[in-house]
Amino acid sequence: MTLLAVLVDGVIYASWLFIIAAGLTIVYGVMRILNMAHGSLYALGAYAAASLAGAWLRLGFQPMASYAVLVLAAVLVGAVVGPLVERGLLRHTYGRDEVVLVLVTYALFLVLEDLVKLAWGVESYFITEPYGLLGTVEMGTLSYPVYSGVLVLAAVLVGVGLRFGIYGTRYGKLLIAVIHDREVSATLGIDVDRIYLVTFVLGTTLAALGGALTAPTVSVVPGMGVEVIVLAFAVVVIGGLGSMPGAALGALIVGLVRSAAVHFFPQVELFSIYLVMALVLAFRPRGLFVAAEARKI
Amino acid sequence: MTTSRRTTLGLGAALAALALLAPVLPKWALFLVVVSLAKGLAALGLLVLMRTGLVSFGQGLYFAAGAYAAGLARDALHLGDGVLMVLAGGLTAALVAALLGLLLARYRAIFFAMLSLAFSMILYGLLVKTPALGSTDGFNVSAKSFFGLSPASGVGRYGIYGIAALSAFGAAVGVDRYLGSHLGRLAPAVRDNELRVEYMGASVRNVVHLNLVLAGALAGLGGAVTALAVGHIDPEMAYWTTSGEFVFVAILSGTASVAAPFAGALLLELLRSFAYEHAPNTWQLVMGASMLAVILFLPAGLWSVFARKRRAAR
Repeated sequence: MTLLAVLVDGVIYASWLFIIAAGLTIVYGVMRILNMAHGSLYALGAYAAASLAGAWLRLGFQPMASYAVLVLAAVLVGAVVGPLVERGLLRHTYGRDEVVLVLVTYALFLVLEDLVKLAWGVESYFITEPYGLLGTVEMGTLSYPVYSGVLVLAAVLVGVGLRFGIYGTRYGKLLIAVIHDREVSATLGIDVDRIYLVTFVLGTTLAALGGALTAPTVSVVPGMGVEVIVLAFAVVVIGGLGSMPGAALGALIVGLVRSAAVHFFPQVELFSIYLVMALVLAFRPRGLFVAAEARKI
Repeated sequence: MTTSRRTTLGLGAALAALALLAPVLPKWALFLVVVSLAKGLAALGLLVLMRTGLVSFGQGLYFAAGAYAAGLARDALHLGDGVLMVLAGGLTAALVAALLGLLLARYRAIFFAMLSLAFSMILYGLLVKTPALGSTDGFNVSAKSFFGLSPASGVGRYGIYGIAALSAFGAAVGVDRYLGSHLGRLAPAVRDNELRVEYMGASVRNVVHLNLVLAGALAGLGGAVTALAVGHIDPEMAYWTTSGEFVFVAILSGTASVAAPFAGALLLELLRSFAYEHAPNTWQLVMGASMLAVILFLPAGLWSVFARKRRAAR
């Protein structure tokens, strides 16, 4: 029974992680930016969802439609904040060292953290209705909220959507070309600037979606993105930076390790994830899904 | 006069100024200077790493290790003198860095940054779940004596101030000498092109490892000084946001001078105390915006403004 609980908890946690990590890894894959502000975008999504869905329910609209409102909030954050950040800031830093870009996004993280506080204040927000609306489901002696199933479904949809979008469409193929070689793609007439913009908007939307879907299950408070960013880092580093299957596997590993730790060794819960990350990096320095690179003279 | 002699003289003058200022500074300013010196020590360690081409997002690990070692030196080993506690902090952090360096020295760029971050989060998780060390609350730290003298009540802070000033001075002079030495000059070479350094017959890995230990020891000293000054330690010192603050100071000050991290840390602490008082919710905003401005417009750090002026004047 415990084993089943570990599995189910692990998969639920992994789904949540995957949605966030997918955004992080695609931005790195295309733009070579390890986005430290990803956690803040996650928090923005949660706040936007709490406000929008909260207003939706207060005005007495159909509560079942509040799930669509959550997704809409995430898309809104992506469509507004994404271009602002990419056009306003990141655009001026392309071509710099990867580490410098980490520092730029770290600075952005600091700025966004306070902007969130200025916009929403420091008190916490609750929108529990979408969480409780679907009731619970019994699995043997355990009962799980159906909402967790929605989360898993969302992660699967995101995964399938990305897979189809990248490998099955013309735009996705252009994206792969840019990932392989930015300059050659540009000479072949691919609008790299536009691809960057679209990628960043997509990454932002995914981070915000992670936040929006989490909003009903937690209290939305300042600083909620601070821990998320290091978790998402662990996921994508385990899987290999820039690799989508890597993000999926990394999320699953981290999710299962965490839920096993919670059930069997609660005292190691906090650092079990980072321990796994350190172990993976010790044996596969670039993560599970990335081949080693030749050193350049 | 060689540049290193000039730097030593300048640092000596700064130390003398600190000594002269001690009696006239109010209590809060004394504390502010000590905390800045402590953070400056950690940022100085980052300067050494950045010269090697590495940015660590996990210096909080050594910072916390130093602080906890200082506290345990008194509680478990009965080394109650402030000087010994700080030395214990630096030494422990150096040992931890030497051990982790075995693995870390193989990594570069963002992988190095992420792995060091992971290690610091592991320590954070360990500390939070260790009741013997006070879990999330941490525990209180105070020194029994300073330089062998038991302080009269209320004078202890001058002892801490003295230790902070002397360790900052010693560290700055030591790092300056080191960076000017043959071994130290390999650091920028490693940053520019590792393979060529190896062709010349030097071991890149040893250079990186040594600089890691140095950076760890400096962060440990800073952590121990902070523990004495604040009188309390908690796991938050190992959290990645603490490490981020050191990165902030190091970026702000650049890698040009060993004095810059201390100036940068002082600027940070001054800004912070004013921001906390007048606009507590915009503090990080100011920090982030100034960091962006420095990265975009002054890639070599604030110190480069002085350097440019000096060159222009010559």
